[in-house]
Amino acid sequence: MDMFFSVLDATLRVSTPLVLAALAGLFSERSGIVDLALEGKMLAAAFASACVAYLAHSPWAGLGAGIAAGVLVALLHGGVSISYNGNQLISAVAINMMVSGVTPVLALAWFQQGGRTPTLDDSERFTALPMPFADAIEQSSALKLIFGHNILVYIAVAVIFVVSWVMYKSRFGLRLRAVGENPHAADAAGISVKSVRYIAQAISGALCGVAGTYLALAQTGAFIQDMTAGKGYLALAALIFGKWRPWAAVSGCLLFAFTDAIQIRLQGVELPLIGSIPDAFIQAIPYVLTVVLLAGLMGRAVAPKAIGIPFVKSR
Amino acid sequence: MAELAIELIGVNKHFGEVHANKDISFGIRKGSIHGIIGENGAGKSTLMSILYGYYQADSGAIKINGKEQRIRSSQDAIAKGIGMVHQHFMLVDPFTVLENIVLGAEEGISLESSLAAARRHLAELNRDYGLQVDPDAVVGELGVGSQQRVEILKALYRGADVLILDEPTAVLTPQEADDLFRILRLLKQQGKTVILITHKLREVLDITDTVTVMRAGEIVGQVNTAEVNKEDLADLMVGRKVNLQLDKTPAKPGKLVLEVNGLNLTDERGVALLKDINFSLRAGEIVGIAGVSGNGQSELLEVLSGMREASSGSVRFNGTELTTLKSRDPKAAAYRQLGIGHVPEDRSREGLVKDFSTFENAILGHHHDKSIRRGWLFNRKAIVERCRRFITEFDVRPALTHRRIGLFSGGNQQKVILAREIHANPELMLIGQPTRGVDIGAIEFIHKRLMQLRDEGKALLLVSVELDEIMALSDRIIVMNAGAISGELPAAEATATSLGLLMGGHK
Repeated sequence: MDMFFSVLDATLRVSTPLVLAALAGLFSERSGIVDLALEGKMLAAAFASACVAYLAHSPWAGLGAGIAAGVLVALLHGGVSISYNGNQLISAVAINMMVSGVTPVLALAWFQQGGRTPTLDDSERFTALPMPFADAIEQSSALKLIFGHNILVYIAVAVIFVVSWVMYKSRFGLRLRAVGENPHAADAAGISVKSVRYIAQAISGALCGVAGTYLALAQTGAFIQDMTAGKGYLALAALIFGKWRPWAAVSGCLLFAFTDAIQIRLQGVELPLIGSIPDAFIQAIPYVLTVVLLAGLMGRAVAPKAIGIPFVKSR
Repeated sequence: MAELAIELIGVNKHFGEVHANKDISFGIRKGSIHGIIGENGAGKSTLMSILYGYYQADSGAIKINGKEQRIRSSQDAIAKGIGMVHQHFMLVDPFTVLENIVLGAEEGISLESSLAAARRHLAELNRDYGLQVDPDAVVGELGVGSQQRVEILKALYRGADVLILDEPTAVLTPQEADDLFRILRLLKQQGKTVILITHKLREVLDITDTVTVMRAGEIVGQVNTAEVNKEDLADLMVGRKVNLQLDKTPAKPGKLVLEVNGLNLTDERGVALLKDINFSLRAGEIVGIAGVSGNGQSELLEVLSGMREASSGSVRFNGTELTTLKSRDPKAAAYRQLGIGHVPEDRSREGLVKDFSTFENAILGHHHDKSIRRGWLFNRKAIVERCRRFITEFDVRPALTHRRIGLFSGGNQQKVILAREIHANPELMLIGQPTRGVDIGAIEFIHKRLMQLRDEGKALLLVSVELDEIMALSDRIIVMNAGAISGELPAAEATATSLGLLMGGHK
């Protein structure tokens, strides 16, 4: 039973940045901009948050810096994609490479610790919140699953609810979806396609900012080179898996996180008949699962119709 | 003098060298239906775009209800009571009718109150104008006629007093068009002003009160509809005498050329696109295929021309079974060598390479001809020479062999394709939308040329969404609906009503 809860606990921890990044991608892609840049946005945020948290001795300052960095990178992607009608894939790939290269160089120049930032004190990190009724919780693994996480986990949960409300019940959501499906119709209805897309990018950057901050300040306690390790791509896969719908994308993230949690526990376990499976194979499980799910099981995912196409006024 | 809803005074618009609108001045009476006709490139769309705020005029003034106004954007136009129904609908397919209607006109952060208010308002509009649109239907699942009504509702919901409709009947069956006209008359009765942009003379005569005729950016005529006929309008549009009546001699059908039996086509997703098609075609006759676009006509042409493989059934051309034909070449090339010419429906996608010059396009698909080759290479001189003959014979303008074909007008592009296909002297000619986007002068020429082909004893299969064209050219008419043939009748017995019913699937 404890094993079961500890797997779920790990699922929550691993899925938090994925969920935030997937929802970030949701805004971007629903507005019609392909968001392969999730990876770069998160990595930039992780770096900025770690630097600022270390220098200002405050995780909240770090969070602010992370969000600012995420938004900045997102607006760069937005500028290329929205104002200059550039190729969105190339913009994103360039951004990812640039961030991946620049961050360790800056870290080396500023902190001389081999391309990482100094390890943060607990006071500079987001750590598990103190638990109410600590005694009762000590007894119950189930309650431990609900309480005892850091604040960003709860923020992520709240974000899911807010995002799905915004997407389907708000004016902005309607306009966002219209712009991603048929920008010409939105334009004819008097909506500024550009500003909706820029706002979507900014939101995407902010959410990636929280995700990157989580990686640096909550999970690791420092910035490490390429610490996002493909989580942006995984989040994008979850988004597609969820057919660009918030709750379905979140379930995709949970599924990936769950297999990841299991994967860690399977490493080195002796299976009957087969014996020990090399770790490399087991580590590949979440990724193989991604491919299999996307390729076959999910049926046809219908993307927002205008995705990837620069909007040029028809008249 | 009745009150004017819209008045244009000396409006000018240039695009670089092109003077798209020259000194346009005219007024539209409140509560009337006003037609604006003209050929492609006459400047009617530019003018309406100025009125709807997409463009700014270089000079001139616009008065709305007698007051001079500047219209800087489409939002501006909407705010001043001008609504537009675009030729290509501006709708978001996965949204419901209600969502489409409130889009851009919502108030507050939450949608709920806007949607509820829109629902009430929509019920009133539906009742007042007999539009009968279900607010909760998903727009992408509606037929074109209903989608168009959603567009009209959208404009009315925003308080439009002046409604501009750009080629509204291009996608409708005659019955749907009648329904649209009924709605437009109702709008007029309620005091709305309607501007109808079209190139279909019959519609203009049917429904408008006054007409403005445009040619080459200028107004060449302003008339009361009741005082003119079709010929007058056509002459005004083209600027010279046009003969709309084809001199059609009775057909002399000869031997059987094409025999189609039990032809079926199913796509990868299992959707049946062609269902049990049976018909035959003889030398010296034109068979027209009528139908609203998207009912299988395109697919039928694709199969008959070898661009697409049938799922089952037989197609015999001069006794040769085409579906099982063995050939080293792609099917389309093999069919062409057997003597099947093809003028594809979509000129720019399948008929031409837009970035190639005229002479290169003049041999597309016929590049194996011995007469234009010198061993392994092209005989460029012979190709240009052939192209020059096409240009002379088909009166292609401008007469330039080395100009990019994309720079020619639609009518001249079509003439090049027609010349190319006729040159190969095919026994069977497949023709898709011969006059789509072609100006009246060129239509007259193309129609005459097709009749001439028939009289030379060729078999012609004509696919067109223009009913007038089908009725004018064909000897027999086949109507398609939902991938099947819904009826066949001699052209002499066909009327717009009888064909319209068949197009709608009523037998």
